[in-house]
Amino acid sequence: MEEVDKKDINDLLKWKKIKPEVPELTGNISVPEIKLWASLDYKSQLLKQKDALKRLGLPSDGLVPDWKNKFLAKMGEMLKKYRSVRLFMDICVRCGACADKCHYFLGTKDPLNMPVARQELMRRVYRRYFTISGRLFGSRLGSADELDEEMLALWYTYFYQCSECRRCSVFCPYGIDTAEITMAAREILNSVGLVQKYTYEIVDKAQNIGNNLGMVPDAIVNSIEFVQDDLKEQTGIDIKIPIDEVGAEVLFVTPSADFFASPHIESLYGYAKVFHQAGISWTMSTYASEGGNFGLFSHNYNQMKIINKRIWDAAKELKVKRVVCGECGHMWRVLSSFSNTMWGPFDWLDQRYPAPQHICEFTLDLINSGAIKLDKTANDDLTVTFHDSCQVARGSELGGKIDGQFEIPRALIRECVNRFVDMHEDTIREKTYCCGAGQGLLGDDMLPLRVKGAMPRMQALKRVKDSHDVNFLALICAICKAQMSKIFPLYGYPMEEVGGILQLVSRSIVLRNKEGV
Amino acid sequence: MNISGHALNMAIYFSALLFFAGISFRIAGWLSVPNPLKIPTTPAPLTPAGTVARMLGELLFFRSLWKADKLLWAVGYIFHLSLLLVVLRHLRYFLYPVPESILRFSDIGIYAGFTLAASLLYLLARRLIIDRVAYISNVMDYFYLLLIILISMTGLLMKFFFRPNLIEIKDLMLHAAALDPIAMSAGMSIFFLVHLSMVMLLAALFPFGKLMHAGGVLISPTRAMVNNARRSRHINPWAEKEWDTMLSEADKETGAYMPWSPEQWRDRWKR
Repeated sequence: MEEVDKKDINDLLKWKKIKPEVPELTGNISVPEIKLWASLDYKSQLLKQKDALKRLGLPSDGLVPDWKNKFLAKMGEMLKKYRSVRLFMDICVRCGACADKCHYFLGTKDPLNMPVARQELMRRVYRRYFTISGRLFGSRLGSADELDEEMLALWYTYFYQCSECRRCSVFCPYGIDTAEITMAAREILNSVGLVQKYTYEIVDKAQNIGNNLGMVPDAIVNSIEFVQDDLKEQTGIDIKIPIDEVGAEVLFVTPSADFFASPHIESLYGYAKVFHQAGISWTMSTYASEGGNFGLFSHNYNQMKIINKRIWDAAKELKVKRVVCGECGHMWRVLSSFSNTMWGPFDWLDQRYPAPQHICEFTLDLINSGAIKLDKTANDDLTVTFHDSCQVARGSELGGKIDGQFEIPRALIRECVNRFVDMHEDTIREKTYCCGAGQGLLGDDMLPLRVKGAMPRMQALKRVKDSHDVNFLALICAICKAQMSKIFPLYGYPMEEVGGILQLVSRSIVLRNKEGV
Repeated sequence: MNISGHALNMAIYFSALLFFAGISFRIAGWLSVPNPLKIPTTPAPLTPAGTVARMLGELLFFRSLWKADKLLWAVGYIFHLSLLLVVLRHLRYFLYPVPESILRFSDIGIYAGFTLAASLLYLLARRLIIDRVAYISNVMDYFYLLLIILISMTGLLMKFFFRPNLIEIKDLMLHAAALDPIAMSAGMSIFFLVHLSMVMLLAALFPFGKLMHAGGVLISPTRAMVNNARRSRHINPWAEKEWDTMLSEADKETGAYMPWSPEQWRDRWKR
């Protein structure tokens, strides 16, 4: 009789189709009792496409034979390269301050989704192989574990149930950021050949084709022309979306989803109308046709740097004076917080705008200087609330002010609408909940997890819907938009109630044909 | 030399050495690892002065913990403050004469002994009672708690019930602190010996476990970094080497590691 090898990694990581269970909406976020292994079955699909894996320089034949040595070598490398990872391995006291802060824990009840427990998956291996006590006593002290196939499967499962949203790091008395640990863990998993399909298909496309959707240049030009026709039909005005235009004042980069996904495209209308009405020459680029940077999702510095390079190169090649970027969460974190380190300052730009600007900063400035005007009554059918996107809220600033990332989007919304209301204070600003699909978890294979991860945000929204009849959730992130427009119908709300802030601008901006101004 | 009489002194010096050398070694180890990117958890101050203020808020008021859990904050704060007061009171065994400023805190140190024990018992209870905290607690978490509880209990017992010969103890400790050790006399209080042994064990283990959070919080990159990446360039010391290594492996045929320049990319996509 053939014995089934229980430890075969392919069995442990087998993807199963699971019907999404939608949590009940009560308007309250309560901390659940833990339920062991509740989300063990939510696994991301693995990338098996050999040519993509080869292009990424990753093992292309599944788990590598001597995976344990490779794993520990990579982990040692992470501990030498990232002070965050090294320090966070050592200083956690397991106080539990973070334990009830993760949307995936609140949604799934699985204790391994508590930030500290997720981190402990790495710490248990760290203690075994990288500390004195581990070398002396092995795993006998009870706080360390051997590295085996089961541990490997737990890593792959739970480090792909973290959206690196950094909410836990707000509450940690030592600032331990699970995102840093998850990023290192994913890089280690990649090195032994466990590569997540959704993220790395996209990284491959972004590196080699130039955008996450894998749109070749002609397709981009076509869809831009289509948008221009749409705009003409809507407004009766020729609103151009210039592309690859050398010498324009502004290079505009945005997530490629904005080219045709819904509701993203509504914001593209908004961007175009703002530039048109302000009379600022601008251009998009087929070479830098993506703002998003999935290289951020693991600690692979060069991956992020290669993707970021396109924006830098395009700005130089098109001889622009400013770089402005659209609505995208992690794009903004990478462009504002990391790009300067990776490629240096944009020091050939107009020195009044020496770094990339966010479309919210840019638009609000134009309103304040009177360059564009908005008619709030155009949005009188809407009562709006705002979801702070995690990477903007907890990984950047706007407008050179410490809390600009909270105030500027809200100020811009207030310019667009008469009725704005914030959700509960524990669910916004620095304490904002992730949409439930960030940092590589937006694939359809992860839908059951996404539905549960969205629960805290949906409860907070339900509350303002009941009390203030909110009917529009404003967002400034392409992933949030894709997630929310998919999740809303499952929770019983129409997907049209989701959209970008620039969609609100698009609806309310006062357009005129320029008459010899 | 009376070896058995000096065994205690040797243990004191050994644990003190482990404590100070261990802490320096650990902190030097952390500092030897670079921060490749600026990763403050925002909203974070945009200036170094603001960041110092933020760190003081963490260090003196446990600001992040305040946001997380008010009860845990209160008990944690009472614990750390009590510990500080108790340690200050104990300076009388190491300093002669005792500075006036420290003597002023001495009486309150007695009450702190009680709040120290009480807060520790709560911290232990919540590890057993709250299901989330029970799940994440490991052997060492309980070990350190029990060790400090034992230290505080023997201390209180000596203060109120089994008073040891303080003159002898002070003589012994002052000499040890002055690096002029004298042999321990026979018949030393057993409570004192247990108390001191546990403290030495704690000091010796301190650098090698989670108690090092005390040193780590000051250099935690999500707290200690200034949020000015947009204006002032942060340098990643290993970036250049890693990029060059990658370029040497880049392959235009497969596209592996290939940072396509605009010209190469156009050639590829006929744009």
